[in-house]
Amino acid sequence: MSLDPVQHYLSEYAGKANAANWLAQQQEQAIGLLRSKGFPTRRMEDWKYTDVQPLLKQSFRFLGKPTASADVDKTLGQIQDLDCYRLIFVNGRFVSGNLPAGTGVSVHSLQQALSANNPLLPSHLNRYTAPGKNPFSDLNTAFMQDGCVMILADKVILDKPLNLVYLSGHQDAPVASCPRNLLLLGKQAQAIVIETYAGADQLDYFTNSVTEICLEQGASLEHYKLQQEGSLACHIGNLQVEQKRDSRLVSHSISLGGKLVRNDIEVRLTEPGAHTVLNGLYMAANSQHVDNHTRIDHLCPHTSSNQTYRGVLSGRARGVFNGKVIVHKDAQKTSAHQSNANLLLSNDAEIDTKPELQIFADDVKCSHGATVGQLDENMLYYLRTRAIPEDLARSLLTFAFAGDVISRIALEPVRRLLQQRVLGQLPDADTIREFIG
Amino acid sequence: MSEQPNELEQLVGKEYQHGFVTDIDSDTLPPGLSEDVIRQISARKQEPEWLLQWRLKAYRHWLTLREPEWAFVNHPPIDYQAVSYYSAPRSKKDGPKSLDEVDPKLLETYKKLGIPLHEQKMLAGVAVDAVFDSVSVATTFKKKLYEAGVIFCSFSEAVRDHEELVKQYLGSVVPAADNYFSALNSAVFTDGSFVYIPKGTRCPMELSTYFRINAKNTGQFERTLIIADAGSHVSYLEGCTAPMRDENQLHAAVVELVALDNATIKYSTVQNWYPGDANGVGGIYNFVTKRGDCRGVNSRISWTQVETGSAITWKYPSCLLRGDNSVGEFYSVAVTGNYQQADTGTKMIHIGKNTRSTIISKGISAGHGQNAYRGLVKIGKTADNARNYTQCDSLLMGDQCGAHTFPYVEARNASAKVEHEATTSKIGEDQLFYCRQRGISKEDAVNMIVNGFCKQVFKELPMEFAVEAQKLMNITLEGTVG
Repeated sequence: MSLDPVQHYLSEYAGKANAANWLAQQQEQAIGLLRSKGFPTRRMEDWKYTDVQPLLKQSFRFLGKPTASADVDKTLGQIQDLDCYRLIFVNGRFVSGNLPAGTGVSVHSLQQALSANNPLLPSHLNRYTAPGKNPFSDLNTAFMQDGCVMILADKVILDKPLNLVYLSGHQDAPVASCPRNLLLLGKQAQAIVIETYAGADQLDYFTNSVTEICLEQGASLEHYKLQQEGSLACHIGNLQVEQKRDSRLVSHSISLGGKLVRNDIEVRLTEPGAHTVLNGLYMAANSQHVDNHTRIDHLCPHTSSNQTYRGVLSGRARGVFNGKVIVHKDAQKTSAHQSNANLLLSNDAEIDTKPELQIFADDVKCSHGATVGQLDENMLYYLRTRAIPEDLARSLLTFAFAGDVISRIALEPVRRLLQQRVLGQLPDADTIREFIG
Repeated sequence: MSEQPNELEQLVGKEYQHGFVTDIDSDTLPPGLSEDVIRQISARKQEPEWLLQWRLKAYRHWLTLREPEWAFVNHPPIDYQAVSYYSAPRSKKDGPKSLDEVDPKLLETYKKLGIPLHEQKMLAGVAVDAVFDSVSVATTFKKKLYEAGVIFCSFSEAVRDHEELVKQYLGSVVPAADNYFSALNSAVFTDGSFVYIPKGTRCPMELSTYFRINAKNTGQFERTLIIADAGSHVSYLEGCTAPMRDENQLHAAVVELVALDNATIKYSTVQNWYPGDANGVGGIYNFVTKRGDCRGVNSRISWTQVETGSAITWKYPSCLLRGDNSVGEFYSVAVTGNYQQADTGTKMIHIGKNTRSTIISKGISAGHGQNAYRGLVKIGKTADNARNYTQCDSLLMGDQCGAHTFPYVEARNASAKVEHEATTSKIGEDQLFYCRQRGISKEDAVNMIVNGFCKQVFKELPMEFAVEAQKLMNITLEGTVG
């Protein structure tokens, strides 16, 4: 238990079966970087508010082969009434799914794609994450076992949403998994992808996911990340996106579960006309720690971004938000807007927010706003005058606060699921359900 | 947008107007920093033993620190051994009793800067404690202040005459070990200003100090300590200009403000040190630690700053809101042109109940200037009903400049209300067009728009400073938008 965390993962790595040649090289490089750089500490600016020591103290194991899924309730990640393709992963390994097929559509698990020697993999896998920048991404690269590879040819529109479900938890030992997804959308291709993370509530486990996305000219992706990990789980997620000309990304990142959660989203807008929308909601109670980091690089003229993140913190929870917008030199006519609103519901809760703008061009319109506050006394009073008990009024207003992000979700079954999830965290949920019908 | 780049360059390339070196013999220590140097400084200033020990402790701590690298600035490494840590104008030895005894060349310098001491006495009703290099040489209106019970003197005098007050408050707001530059300052500070406003007193006039850096290769390490006792009120003005030279000069000042129950301190700065030439050569490195401590209930500290000079500005005037109902304010305009870099902002630390803070920061970047706002608003667990409003706007002129914001918000109390907003854009084409349409020249239109942009801050400045600031702004930005 007192083993040095880097040493622990090095020995785990040594016991691992080797993969294809080009991949082995990348993994060797990644583990080398981890060996030399180690894990982040709070002295690093990007990890100032998030201490990963509790995560590193535990010796999580990587499972050599797929486990029986008996430890995990498979219904956890389900989204009712959603007609979709689905890939289910248990402890990082693909177990079952109904996969889309058709001309120009290639959706496989990572292992399938590797054994089929998909020619696009060597040139795209690990290309959108910068090795050495984030130790957890390197950890993922070194240990990537499985995940989803989606490659859409030009002008292909995926007819149904693709739901990637990651379930974790193992009775015998704290287990780690490193899901790795690669989503490549050709010119004018369109897709909706939903990543769901869930797991056994009373088990220690660690999910360390990386998703790489490349949107070619005119491609459009709606990406959802629904993080509903178990209450003891550690979750570190990294979303790396590169957007070409006139492409469009809409990302919804919803964090509800987990004990220690860190989400990184990094978007690079590399060609004119690229547009990105990042929405996020984090709700934390008890002693949860939720950290959201976003970074948008505007690398060329005429790109735009819009971010809306909201947080609700109660109990002894701690929320962290850091939104970076970097407008690079000559990226004129950039429009970048960001807002982060936080609701502090308890005196023991804490929020540390840091919206950040770095601008190296002049013809730009950029703004950000951050607020920390409570429920509006006037609104509470109004509801009280309508004979609504105070607790219920508070729940209603909290629900409405979170609703600002949820209502941006276009996919109705997901929106309904999240409404229910959010309600589930509030007192008087049943009465509110009656209210909103 | 720029149709006449040549004319524009001419205007932007305008030379620093206050650049000249007064030739006076200085009593200067050779460059270098060691315990011996500190002992010498202390001995020359005839300081008590406790202060020497305090300095040495700070120095020993400084040796263990590393120069901070987190600020958004770039500069070649500073050789702290190449700096001379003490420089006193000769005249000090004879101890001028009145202005007549002051070195006429020195007075001439002030004249060139437009600060005629004699006139100022009569005109503005402002007492000037002029710091030439490191030793105070002229103090006016002392008597009037003395009658009110206000102590306003140079730091060395305060150490001599009011040792107990200095001992009680020195380092109580900015501890010597606070950061790299405050430790350095604590070890080697030479002089500065000391203000004490007694209980229930409203200071009868605005207090002001003009800082100048003169002798070549001299770092200036000012120490300012202002104590406002219960129920008192003081407005302090600080303004600076500096002569032109090529070597980079280091300036690491420390300003400490203490506001006791119901006291108010208003601290205003116009900073116009030599920013370096159009190629980014030379200029002052301005690494300042300023902090106010709202120690008593209902106390109030307000910082207003207009930063147009210095090659590098690294400055975060902060407020510790400890007393219940205390108020902290920060109003700032920072302008960077040529290759200037500014990393400035504030910290508002809410500890007491019902504390309020307001931050208004306006950054203007032109040429190759880099302007960063870095701020922290921290609401402690005990700070019930704390309230903060932050607004930081940036204006960009020219496609080579940069504007950055790094606001930190840390809230640990459920009754906290914190708002932060920031915008960045260039001067609106439509606004310019509107002015041009009405026959206003482009230059005037830009000045008008910029002054409008800064108005929220300028109106916080005392009258005479507001006028100066507006002029300074126009000069600094002349021609930056073509």
